[in-house]
Amino acid sequence: MSNSIFYAILVTSLATFLPRFLGAVSSQRIREDSKLFKWFNCLAYATLAALIARTIIFPVGALTDASYLSRIFVVIFSIIVFLFSKKNYVFPTIFSAILMAMLNNYL
Amino acid sequence: MINTKYFLGGYKSILKADSPAIALGACFVAIGALLKNLGFNIQESIFSTMLTYALPGSLVMAESLLIGASLLNIFLAVFFVNARLYPMAVSLFPLMMHKSQPKWKYYFSCHFIAVSAWLIMKNNYKNIPKQHRIDYWIGIGSATWTVAVIGTLIGFFLCDYLNKDILIGLAIINPIYFLCMMIEASKTSQIIISIILGLILGPAFYFFSPEWSILLGGVAGGTIAYLTGELNVK
Repeated sequence: MSNSIFYAILVTSLATFLPRFLGAVSSQRIREDSKLFKWFNCLAYATLAALIARTIIFPVGALTDASYLSRIFVVIFSIIVFLFSKKNYVFPTIFSAILMAMLNNYL
Repeated sequence: MINTKYFLGGYKSILKADSPAIALGACFVAIGALLKNLGFNIQESIFSTMLTYALPGSLVMAESLLIGASLLNIFLAVFFVNARLYPMAVSLFPLMMHKSQPKWKYYFSCHFIAVSAWLIMKNNYKNIPKQHRIDYWIGIGSATWTVAVIGTLIGFFLCDYLNKDILIGLAIINPIYFLCMMIEASKTSQIIISIILGLILGPAFYFFSPEWSILLGGVAGGTIAYLTGELNVK
């Protein structure tokens, strides 16, 4: 098992480093006021948004055990807390964890 | 070498009000506990976080190991999730390029590209002189990287005390934090459209292909947002 863990870590870090490194290499030729840069900026934000939506709606890992409704409920309430706390990041994150754990326990 | 003032300025970003330390730490506590349950020892868990340092990638690796996927499958699964790091790198590094800075700094610090560090840099880069941005970035990266490793350690040791409810609570922190950071980043119409389309198209493409959904949703959403922005300017 430990041998396969070693190779799994190696393969995972390679698959992660590759896009990072290629990105750094391509950046050498891209100017920050170019259209290509603007396009990649949109791509980056959209991909991130896609990733976040996917982790909430089609999660992997621990979140799969929480019901769909409870996840949406926590997201909406945390965003409200974020907006009402004058964009403080600590309140909504801690609030979301407590609410999520409680909802999962009682529902 | 590295300018200490800007490096420390970046490093201290984890102490500020919009610090990712709690969100990031919480996620890696969950990862540490998950890795221990999978049979990783302490060295393997730490190296996994140090070398990968990308949360969705580690999660996918863990899931793949659980179902006994082959190494090639693990590579592909992780690559599909982490290919987003490519557009993230390309939309960040040009902002930090300066001819007085050596190239190795860029190649070395590309390892720090992950959502939390990236969003902090994107939200703050205008306040830092261009020449010193790369040092500031290395500071942010080292700080978030430290938090990740410490989180993994805590998770590994607390594993037996974390019940299912706590783990679920820890798991929701990350997407919530990123969502809040995205709301804060929504300053131009192009970015707002990108984010909204990404949020919709990412899950929508999941029905066609779970592996490709993030990439397809991101590319389609980002391209549409870019084109609408360009048309508005003209």
